[in-house]
Amino acid sequence: MANIKELSKQPIKFTGGHRACSGCIAPIVVRMMYMAAGETPVVTTCATGCLEVTSTLFPYTAWTQPFIHSAFENSAATISGVEAAYKSLKRQGKYDKEVRLVAFGGDGGTYDIGFQALSGAAERGHNFVYVCYNNEAYMNTGVQRSSATPKGAYTTTTPVGIMEPGKKQFPKDMTQVMAAHDIPYVAQGSPSFWNDLITKFQKAMEMEGPAFINVLAPCRLGWAYPPEEGIKIGKMAVDTCYWPLYEVVNGDTRVTYKPREKKPLAEYLQMQTKFRHLFKPGMEDLMAELQAEVDRKWERLLRMAGEA
Amino acid sequence: MAKTLEETTKMAAKAGKNGNKKLSALTGNEAVAHAMRQINPDVVAAYPITPATEIVQIFSSFVANGQVHTEYVAVESEHSAMSATIGACAAGARAMTATSSQGLALMWEMLYIAAGLRLPIVMPVTNRALSAPINIHCDHSDTMGARDAGWIQLFSENSQEAYDNTIQAIRICEHPDILLPAMVTYDGFIISHAMEVVRIEEDAEVKEFVGEYKPDIYLLNTDKPVTMGGLDFTDFYFEHRRGLADPVSKVKDVVLQVGAEFKKQFGREYGLFETYKLDDAEYAIVVLGSTAGTAKVTIDDLRDRGVKAGMVKIRMFRPFPYDEVAKALEGKKAVAVLDRSDGLAGRGGPVFGEVRNALCDWPNKPVTVGYVYGLGGRDIGPEMIESVYTDLQEIAKTGKALNLVKYLGVRE
Ligand SMILES: Cc1ncc(C[n+]2csc(CCOP(=O)(O)OP(=O)(O)O)c2C)c(N)n1
Ligand code: SF4
Ligand SMILES: [Mg+2]
Repeated sequence: MANIKELSKQPIKFTGGHRACSGCIAPIVVRMMYMAAGETPVVTTCATGCLEVTSTLFPYTAWTQPFIHSAFENSAATISGVEAAYKSLKRQGKYDKEVRLVAFGGDGGTYDIGFQALSGAAERGHNFVYVCYNNEAYMNTGVQRSSATPKGAYTTTTPVGIMEPGKKQFPKDMTQVMAAHDIPYVAQGSPSFWNDLITKFQKAMEMEGPAFINVLAPCRLGWAYPPEEGIKIGKMAVDTCYWPLYEVVNGDTRVTYKPREKKPLAEYLQMQTKFRHLFKPGMEDLMAELQAEVDRKWERLLRMAGEA
Repeated sequence: MAKTLEETTKMAAKAGKNGNKKLSALTGNEAVAHAMRQINPDVVAAYPITPATEIVQIFSSFVANGQVHTEYVAVESEHSAMSATIGACAAGARAMTATSSQGLALMWEMLYIAAGLRLPIVMPVTNRALSAPINIHCDHSDTMGARDAGWIQLFSENSQEAYDNTIQAIRICEHPDILLPAMVTYDGFIISHAMEVVRIEEDAEVKEFVGEYKPDIYLLNTDKPVTMGGLDFTDFYFEHRRGLADPVSKVKDVVLQVGAEFKKQFGREYGLFETYKLDDAEYAIVVLGSTAGTAKVTIDDLRDRGVKAGMVKIRMFRPFPYDEVAKALEGKKAVAVLDRSDGLAGRGGPVFGEVRNALCDWPNKPVTVGYVYGLGGRDIGPEMIESVYTDLQEIAKTGKALNLVKYLGVRE
């Protein structure tokens, strides 16, 4: 459990002045990661994408602790190398500090182009935490679909027209894909539930071996919402069970937050302009299908957690 | 080629045992694996590909037998091999990998990044043709495809040179004036799998020669946090890339300096290129890699018959020693450049282009012609090299070549 009083006393380690859009949630995810690490230094790798380009505009950097970006598809491979160096130098007695190793990637850098590198690093069992800040599309290049993009969403490569209702496929369930790697720790989180998320970061960091945390990180530009709404939208994603908060610890699934009252999906969708077209007449079947999928997956999760 | 478990273990055991003996019969891959064992990098991240696979196999056995302190990362692709090597080197470790052909091609994106981040990574590359068609045998298209990535490229004629170059490359790359990555290349199968007598130096002497890697700026130094690989817009990118040209301009001197030290320590001499019977030669060829061995035999034979034949064997292809090569070739009657890759640029291979570039402003420049040979492992024998000298003698008579570029040993 994170203690808010103590957390509030911590220096901010991901500084302001970065170039992310107002209302972008990704930087908050990074701050919470640093909060979870506390005094322990963190070495971070990051995939190409919004987070990296908005935070490292030379000669400035928002990262107050060691950071490396090298390419788009290799955050997990890069951290593998950092971890191997750390292990090797420690074993040889050339290095004696404790550090946390955290890799960041957007959904594109995680679900799509960086999928293989992540799977490989997880299978090899490096001791690192991989954080997917998931804004459900390629935002840096102008809101193109990814395999994390929800069905029915507008993106610039799944435009809405008379023939097409936005993206036609349901997203890949990357959290389950990573759980299937049988690594020690896998979780889904949201910064709207700061305590839940920081606790998950802490657990992941303390666990020996690979950990994967999929964090829903609303994007003001791609989802199209007023800048102050991001955290509220994230909360609604959880309250509608569109984005359930859960963890898989050594193979055991546990739901970490259960909404008292499961809200209809439409309440979440209507907060984002990317779903606007779904509220037009003729879209009822698709809406029903989207709701049914949320229900199916929520019930399956409860069964996996032994709660249904 | 695939090796059984037993063979690999035997190979590693043999390689391990021979480690402290001076003369050993070794393949090129074994010799290079040895150099890596003696360098004892903190991290190796690699992925198998013929003909470099053996390096990875033998080196894993060194790790398994506790002969090195290396953390070995058996990655899931060459893209990840280079990415992990970059991560390890940036973190503060001496990090190496090795590859060939398609593996090098898959690394392409990361090669530029390794150089741009100024990471002194040394990578043996066992030269092999690029697909399509798929072919596992030697040519230089793989390395040539990466020639402008900001990597130093050292070519080796034989196993001994591959071993020696690997050791020297560590010193060259890690030199504070350089901090650039390097490929040490040698010909697939012809060298990588052929048994030769190789002089393996004492472990302790090699250890002392390569020294310790002590980076100034590295990720694990949490007291001095750095951001690596940030974003440059139009206001800084050019300056940063321009900045790469400075260490590149110093490579030549450092290669010579390390070569001189190597000679002092181990007795074998290395420059930017080697010349063979060049001083009084009228007809010269320029080659890379194992072909130089065949050429030497041919030259001896021609000399016996009164033909003044000579050769330049390029060791350092990147950066290219333009002035030095031009000076060496100046005044010759005719020069042929032999490329083991086709540039597909419309005018022969990349070595041809460089040599012509080098000679362009030289007052006393010879006629130059290019030959593309040996693609996909096609053999080149003394008779083929002799035919080049025959052409050169004809060309010298008229001062003009009928064909600027020819293909050698191909069915047209
Ligand atoms: C190999 C490669 N392909 C494509 C790109 C272009 N590119 C840069 S970032 C990006 C999308 C990033 O999407 P995501 O990972 O979801 O991060 P986001 O920008 O949404 O935060 C793309 C396609 C690239 N940099 N490298
Ligand atoms: S485009 Fe989206 S993800 Fe990118 S900085 Fe803006 S709000 Fe953040
Ligand atoms: Mg994204």
